[in-house]
Amino acid sequence: MPSLKDVKAKIGGVKKTRQITKAMNMVAASRLRGAQLRSDAFRPYADKFSEVLASLAARAGDDVSPLFVPRNEVKTVNVVLCTSDRGLCGGFNANLIEMAEDFAAEKEDAGIGVKFTNFGKKGRDWARKNGFERVEEHLGVIGTRFPYTVAADAGQKLIDGFLDGRWDEVWVIYSRFVSVAKQPATLRQVLPVPPIEAAEEEKADAGEFLAEHLCEPSVEALMAELLPMSVYIQVYRALLETSTAEHAARMQAMDNATKACNDMLDELTLAYNKARQAAITKELMDIVGGAEALKG
Amino acid sequence: MADIYLEIVTPERVVVGEQAQTVTAPGSEGEFGVLPGHTPFLTSLQVGSLRYKDASGAERCVFVSKGFAEVLPDRVTVLAQSGERRSDIDIERARQAMKRAQERLESGAPDVDFERAKAALLRAQHRLSLAESRAAARMSS
Repeated sequence: MPSLKDVKAKIGGVKKTRQITKAMNMVAASRLRGAQLRSDAFRPYADKFSEVLASLAARAGDDVSPLFVPRNEVKTVNVVLCTSDRGLCGGFNANLIEMAEDFAAEKEDAGIGVKFTNFGKKGRDWARKNGFERVEEHLGVIGTRFPYTVAADAGQKLIDGFLDGRWDEVWVIYSRFVSVAKQPATLRQVLPVPPIEAAEEEKADAGEFLAEHLCEPSVEALMAELLPMSVYIQVYRALLETSTAEHAARMQAMDNATKACNDMLDELTLAYNKARQAAITKELMDIVGGAEALKG
Repeated sequence: MADIYLEIVTPERVVVGEQAQTVTAPGSEGEFGVLPGHTPFLTSLQVGSLRYKDASGAERCVFVSKGFAEVLPDRVTVLAQSGERRSDIDIERARQAMKRAQERLESGAPDVDFERAKAALLRAQHRLSLAESRAAARMSS
């Protein structure tokens, strides 16, 4: 049986921990709201953009830009791995890294070189430890209010390297934000740009509607200008979603931790009361025993 | 007279969403004006200022860069990578951006991305000249 003092100290410690996890939970909740607002603010742009791009693609065909053309022989792939900078967010980073691990192993088995572009410290550390070649690393982006230009610059570099032949494919691994409780790791190909298809009904709508458009300078030139932007958008979306998901994951993890603290406190309080009761009983026994002895 | 619904959207926010009487935008093939009932067309935009007359007839200016516009008879949608109303331009930031870009261009260092520095300079210059026209407009009124 632990002594009264030990149990009391432990209760104090757990309470302090609970205070911290509770505070982190609230911070994550407020950041999550902020991140969701940013996602909402991005939607009008992204929706309109994909609508225009789909209708242009329908008219221009797939051979207008080198960004569409798959390489005959894929020698190197560049994987954009988005993770968080900080821990304490449950299995969030582990899920992403596991996916990266599987993907890299699969590619390497096929004799394809794998390079990483890292967003987030956790993924960077993992890639470094495992001796992968790292093209670029961006810390302090995920989970903050980063500007769009970060995604645009990174996207442009992905495109440059693809056109130079430094890599033949670009994939991005990020955490999709489905709900507060669900953020599955997701793999998506960015380059070469997969054939663009609008949803069927949208296609009927947009296709007829936009078919009448005059295009300036020309459909092809517009397409060439828009395609890189679509890559930026993909990167931006991946970063945004990962940020949102990180906050959601941390909120969940901290909520669980707070609950665990409460459970522990209940148990400890019970143990404390039992120990206290035992001490009182023992003291009483002593007194009663002493009195009995005096009576003789 | 029927109005045009003008929408200017960047990835970070909706900059403008209101009724306008006329819109003048810096197309890549030259500046163009839009009145209600314009033929549908699609064009990329240059760095520059987009002007429009709002519902009350007041002239408004918006800075846009790296964008394109979709024109329909009753609406104009501009998607730009960055954009802000004339009144929202951060003069100090634009000045600094201009200085940085100039230094980079003049340094002639081999690692300078010439195109990007030039583009940055152009953006800063447009922002500044737009902001100055704001100051002038305020003085005269």
